Amino acid sequence: MDLLIELFSEEIPARMQAQASADLRRLITEGLVEAGLTYASAGAHATPRRLTLSVDGLTAHSQPVREERKGPRADAPAAALEGFLRSTGLTRDQLELREDKKTQVYFAVIERPGRAAEAIVAEVLIATIRNFPWPKSMRWGAGSLRWVRPLHSILCILHDEAGARVVPLEVDGITAGNTTQGHRFLAPARFAVHSFDDYVVKLKRAFVVLDPAERAATIWQGATNLAFASGLEVVEDKSLLAEVAGLVEWPVPLMGKIAEDFLHLPPEVLQTSMKEHQKFFSVRNPRTGRIEGFVTVANTETADQGATILKGNQKVLNARLSDARFFYENDLRVAKAGMGEWVEGLKSVTFHGKLGSQADRVARIAALAREIAPLVGADPDIAEAAAKVCKADLRSAMVGEFPELQGLMGMYYARAAGMDESVARAARDHWAPKGPDDAVPVEPVSVAVALADKIDTLTGFWAIDEKPTGSKDPFALRRAALGDLRVTETNGLRTPLLPLMAYSWDELRGQLEARYNVFVLQEKTDEGYFVPRLSATFPEFTGGREFEVLCVKSQTANEQISAQRYSQAYIVDDVRVAEAIVCKLPSFFIPDLLAFFHDRLKVFLKDQGIRHDVIDACIAMPGNDDLTLLVNRARALAAFLKTEDGPNLLAGFKRANTILSQAEAKDGVEYSYGADVKFAETGEERDLFAALDQAEALITPAMKSEDFGAAMTAMSALRLPIDAFFNAVQINTDNPVVRRNRLNLLSRIRTICAGVADLTRVEG
Amino acid sequence: MADTTSAGQTGPKSFQEIILRLQSYWAAKGCAVLQPYDMEVGAGTFHPATTLRSLGSKPWAAAYVQPSRRPTDGRYGTNPNRLQHYYQYQVIIKPSPPDLQDLYLGSLAAIGLDPALHDIRFVEDDWESPTLGAWGLGWEVWCDGMEVSQFTYFQQVGGHDCKPVSGELTYGLERLAMYVLAVDHVMTMPFNDPQSPIPLTYGDIFRQTEEEYSRHNFDGADTALLLRHFEDAEAECQRLLDFPPEDPKTGKRIIMAHPAYDQTIKASHLFNLLDARGVISVTERQAYIGRVRNLAKKCADAFRLTEAGQDSPDPKVVRS
Repeated sequence: MDLLIELFSEEIPARMQAQASADLRRLITEGLVEAGLTYASAGAHATPRRLTLSVDGLTAHSQPVREERKGPRADAPAAALEGFLRSTGLTRDQLELREDKKTQVYFAVIERPGRAAEAIVAEVLIATIRNFPWPKSMRWGAGSLRWVRPLHSILCILHDEAGARVVPLEVDGITAGNTTQGHRFLAPARFAVHSFDDYVVKLKRAFVVLDPAERAATIWQGATNLAFASGLEVVEDKSLLAEVAGLVEWPVPLMGKIAEDFLHLPPEVLQTSMKEHQKFFSVRNPRTGRIEGFVTVANTETADQGATILKGNQKVLNARLSDARFFYENDLRVAKAGMGEWVEGLKSVTFHGKLGSQADRVARIAALAREIAPLVGADPDIAEAAAKVCKADLRSAMVGEFPELQGLMGMYYARAAGMDESVARAARDHWAPKGPDDAVPVEPVSVAVALADKIDTLTGFWAIDEKPTGSKDPFALRRAALGDLRVTETNGLRTPLLPLMAYSWDELRGQLEARYNVFVLQEKTDEGYFVPRLSATFPEFTGGREFEVLCVKSQTANEQISAQRYSQAYIVDDVRVAEAIVCKLPSFFIPDLLAFFHDRLKVFLKDQGIRHDVIDACIAMPGNDDLTLLVNRARALAAFLKTEDGPNLLAGFKRANTILSQAEAKDGVEYSYGADVKFAETGEERDLFAALDQAEALITPAMKSEDFGAAMTAMSALRLPIDAFFNAVQINTDNPVVRRNRLNLLSRIRTICAGVADLTRVEG
Repeated sequence: MADTTSAGQTGPKSFQEIILRLQSYWAAKGCAVLQPYDMEVGAGTFHPATTLRSLGSKPWAAAYVQPSRRPTDGRYGTNPNRLQHYYQYQVIIKPSPPDLQDLYLGSLAAIGLDPALHDIRFVEDDWESPTLGAWGLGWEVWCDGMEVSQFTYFQQVGGHDCKPVSGELTYGLERLAMYVLAVDHVMTMPFNDPQSPIPLTYGDIFRQTEEEYSRHNFDGADTALLLRHFEDAEAECQRLLDFPPEDPKTGKRIIMAHPAYDQTIKASHLFNLLDARGVISVTERQAYIGRVRNLAKKCADAFRLTEAGQDSPDPKVVRS
């Protein structure tokens, strides 16, 4: 038989519908299966007012279950037997006595008869409704049931050739039935259905398209047809299409034109305004590339073919675009005057309570961008100039209205200000990459500012100890680190992180010292802290912990901090003990931040099929703050380990290393130098000497030029001689001279291999 | 715009007619038609008939116009639809009736928005008032792409769970009326019937005050004084709540929840004025909002101890 369920409610938010129908399908089918039913297939759908599930080929009964349980011995105390009866729900005469290990033991045979699908469906549906995983749910009226919006009716029928019957169930006063409603305005009357097919057909007759994919297709088809008829094209937007399909049960696309007055606005502004405020699709003129029209999707048909609706929408759009034009024109005035007003205005925008204003941040980024510029082939003056205006558009009216246009407006406004095109593009591109699939900036000026921005953010938050924890990453620091990594890697940049982090910290420290009385304190029991604003004068800020003053870095430090300042600091920032600005010293946080980068790198490379132990082997090498070097090394090592020689050489290396380490531990000396071919006794020994000389001659220059591939190829030539050596030669011989010579020879293997990567960390 | 509704009734001719129709509609649906609260508020929700009365289990149904002030929205009367003083129409029913959506749609029809001709949509919009410590779920209602109302099921007010839940409807009257009357600039909207012996537009009544208050809000208001008044209101609210409930004069238990709440409203409006004067930094903003919320919560706590705010054992409470 087949099952049909519909949960009919007030309007379900569009963004929740897809997940909700998937959840309904999962919860119900899992519940049915768990209760012993099987089914052939199940499908779920959502409209703004209903979640629907149809399950086909459902078994009419669950299988009977027979279960045997062993109880107490016949001579056990009465309490034991009572407990057994209670747990099985049987009476004593229902138990069987059986011979077990030569004593009489009670056995319970519990037979659970198969249950009718009806009862199971009712039970599972009620549990599903009561525990539905809505991202946000609510109560209504005087009831206690929670649903995404008030739940009005439940349709639940089982049907087969013999007909359909309602599954009797009730949830908080809502009794399941076999009826539903059509479109809110076009066909509000209730009607009964007897199967899923009947349901779909009758809904469509009642102006409801059940399947969201069908609604989306109708919208897209209708919209493109309307545009095509006017020689225009609809700008594709899948997320908008999905959202709009979730706002309508009976989609009717209507197209309108954007008034001439607004056509000069940047296309992104038109698109964003129409999408965010009105859920309109943008319509483009393919000849000019301009956005000239819109498609709105009504949820109803009207006698005037939507004329009133379109007129209304047009009017709302005009008001919105008037606002946008007003913002844009005002912004252009500021931009043409050089954006000074915005740059100045950033002083009053807090970036973070402890890290200062956006202007403070921009000053740090500009200094750092200047530092990075020569490393990435950018002009330091241009990079600094770009950094200085890169956040200016945050103060523009347009970005105030549409935060998602930040960067993009920066580009338009920098152009309007007559700035270098590379500066304009940096304003847009320094935000990138915004996600793992977003493109990475490649122009040198953009790269310099992008790196400076990310390193400043990371260094700052690490300094104040606001690191991401678990799923919490409110400042998107993981994204910043991954972004930095991708920009570096994609452009093959040689920008070692440690000096840049140190430089970045110096900039931040300079600002803090200029702003506050700064005492560098050493907490007696813990790591070092850099504690601006805290002072020995106000020990209550230090939370009772003991600090000793290591040094004082402020001209004004000898002044008493006035009570006024104390109280302002307290009120303005609500600085309680825990919220005082306490920076970790760089010697503590910088290695930690580098390790964070390495973690990001592991995730990044793992996606490319490089194992974490391979990366660890490379991280253990010097220069591990140079991400490009690190990535190249890891790639070469991973490729090497994929060759036939790779794992064998690794085994040879590990064998040499083990023998050597054991001998070193036993003898209490380090075998590192002095292997001499003249003490060689066998051909294999002499061959290994020759092979090591040869390999070294290749590896040393290859490593010097960071050609890891060549170094690894040279290393693989060692595999055969090493294997042959171990097969033929006994290391620990009685002759101490020969033994020492052989150990020193092993040490050469170790040294040569370890110069490429720390192979001891590679598994296998 | 439509001249007639589906009921064949003539469409409204003026701003006040729209208000009058809403008043009679909701009166006919059983709401107590209240008058505006006599204090400066930012939105109809601040009226104690909504904030306080949404607490506790006693049934409640009220509708009223509430003049509302948003000092930062002042545009000297020149913007076609932005005002620092405007009207909201507010309906609050506890418990929210099962047909509240239909009742609401009926009110749109009553003012001439016929769903047979217009596209009316309920678009997700969760409501939160950080200053009132309140939130709810619901929608903004769109008519032909324009937001004409907020529709909210209150879940929490002043930090208290709403049990039962109140349904709240808020109509932005000017915007709604401009749409119904098909006017493009709020100041040209007929306030009374254009055929009256003395026809008055919205501008005749409010253009000058918009100018005066815009100047006041942005430049005139004395910030030091406002700051002092804010502190005073905060202190006064607390002082009133600190009184022991027993009134020695009458021997009755009288908790001054409403007078204390008046001070909360005052503090909230003073904060809005300070904000418009641009003297509140981003970081301070949160602190101020937190202070007002703290007052709102204390008033809600106090109201819950009063007769009107208690959970009543009265069986009438559960309306079906």
